[in-house]
Amino acid sequence: MKKKIHPSSFPPEARLAKGGIPHPSIDINHVAKLANLSLSPAEKQIFAKQLSDILAYVNKLNELNTQNVEPIGQITGLENVTREDKTTPSQTQEEALKNAKRTYKGFFEVDAVIEPQ
Amino acid sequence: MIYTSKLTIKEASKLLAQKKIKAKELTQAFLDRVKKLNKKLNAFITVCEDEALTQAEKIDNIITSNQKINNLAGIPFGAKDLFSTRDIKTTAGSKVLEDYLPVYDATSISKLKERGAIIIGKTNLDAWGHGSSGENSDFGATKNPHDKTRVPGGSSSGSAAAVAAGMALFATGTDTGGSIRLPSAFCNLVGLKPTYGRVSRYGVIAMASSLDSIGHLTKTVYDSALILNTTAGFDPFDQTTSKVKADDYTKEIEKGVKNLKIGLPKEYYKDLEPEIKDLTLNAIKTLEKLGAKVIEITLPHTEYGVAAYYIIQPSEVSSNLARYDGIRFGNSRDSFGAEAKRRIILGTYTLSSGYYDAYYLKAMKVRRLIKEDFDKAFKNVDVLICPTSPSLPFKLGEKISDPLQMYLSDILTVTQNLAGVPSLNVPCGFVNNLPAGMQIVGPHFSEKLLYQAGYAYEQETKWYERKPKLK
Repeated sequence: MKKKIHPSSFPPEARLAKGGIPHPSIDINHVAKLANLSLSPAEKQIFAKQLSDILAYVNKLNELNTQNVEPIGQITGLENVTREDKTTPSQTQEEALKNAKRTYKGFFEVDAVIEPQ
Repeated sequence: MIYTSKLTIKEASKLLAQKKIKAKELTQAFLDRVKKLNKKLNAFITVCEDEALTQAEKIDNIITSNQKINNLAGIPFGAKDLFSTRDIKTTAGSKVLEDYLPVYDATSISKLKERGAIIIGKTNLDAWGHGSSGENSDFGATKNPHDKTRVPGGSSSGSAAAVAAGMALFATGTDTGGSIRLPSAFCNLVGLKPTYGRVSRYGVIAMASSLDSIGHLTKTVYDSALILNTTAGFDPFDQTTSKVKADDYTKEIEKGVKNLKIGLPKEYYKDLEPEIKDLTLNAIKTLEKLGAKVIEITLPHTEYGVAAYYIIQPSEVSSNLARYDGIRFGNSRDSFGAEAKRRIILGTYTLSSGYYDAYYLKAMKVRRLIKEDFDKAFKNVDVLICPTSPSLPFKLGEKISDPLQMYLSDILTVTQNLAGVPSLNVPCGFVNNLPAGMQIVGPHFSEKLLYQAGYAYEQETKWYERKPKLK
């Protein structure tokens, strides 16, 4: 699915390049949907303002030229850690279901996500 | 009479081994202290009295039958409520997990239990570890035992208050951006943030997986080393733990600091409360008198630490908290508090299509520059010393409505998490009866050296002997 980009939420560089005042903002409805969070109108308003302040602060990183810098992978330098493909003792079905609010015949029960035909 | 706030692990172990006290008496003394003070300080979310006393009886039986006991046998401790504890409620400080009963123990918890340490309760925290003051807990703020109108520091707020007030002999903590060191500094405690991967993260509710370090808070440097002897090491359940052999951290702890090269990173001495600067510089003078050499150095990318951290950390938080859907455990996502929602939104945004390169990837590049600063510094010096917090413990409520100001409380601690290096908070004095701490930072896997330096300073100053005045 192609994502609709809200004009006010272009990456900071884009707006800096245009010479505008860098005042980043988040399309809060879109992001809340991606995060599966339902926010109240009041929360949306407060978060939009607070997150805009935080983004303005973190945009400080654009002062640094990182063109030839490799991003950090694993900080102590571990690479491709593997183990033998052997099963080991694990949780029982009963234990795995113990904290579930709704179960059905040994399964987790969830609301339907597919429309009935 | 057992004075819980004066006792150290080392002393308590000795009393138990010599049969001068019983494990049950010791545990009971700590439980009594919890009963007396927890309402005032709100350090524990859950107290497990029955389990603790049953465990203590088992230890007493071993001692009575003259079998050899482990060095942590009978030692009561608090576990931060991010550590999964089998059949003991584990909330992460959040209403989302208010009734969650783990079916397994975190690796560090099972190691401590194997050595006979006794969990007396689960300590309060900023929900999910999100905070620098303890005020983001869904179960109410923890108060600083040294001044109940002030924060104990976060996010390991309850762990710090519990140890400082004599409600536990030690407590576990997690440090993603300063969450062990800041509360240790604010509560006159020794707090270790180990090298990333030195201690297993398995079973500790994840905050930001590339930064989370599992450590502990104690009264003394020796006690801290003793706990690391148990928790350090490779864990097949956490493939980011290192196979580098863990040291014996208490061995040679008295080695001293003669000819130790200490670097003072100049960027960490700007914008401090003047008293904090003075206390830290005094501490360094003490170490110089003991034979250390002091050199001013530079970590030029320090000023970008908080910005990089507040991209990487919320990004990873949004990913880790995606699993809380109320289906397999816990309540639905509506139960998240404001700070968790804020970080999920921020992190979802910085990881979303079209923004990943500009934010997360950019921050991971800056992270390399920050790590290289440390690598270069450690070519010239053995350790770095700087303050842990730019300010003294602040007032409850002072920063809670301004998230950015709260985030800036971590300005001196986040860079060590970004670089993965170990850092030890050691108390370095008081200003108007409020404690302050300094951090001793070393290269990856240099915890033994940090303990030697911390121990030498502690023996000279003994700040840990100063206790909060609690009624």
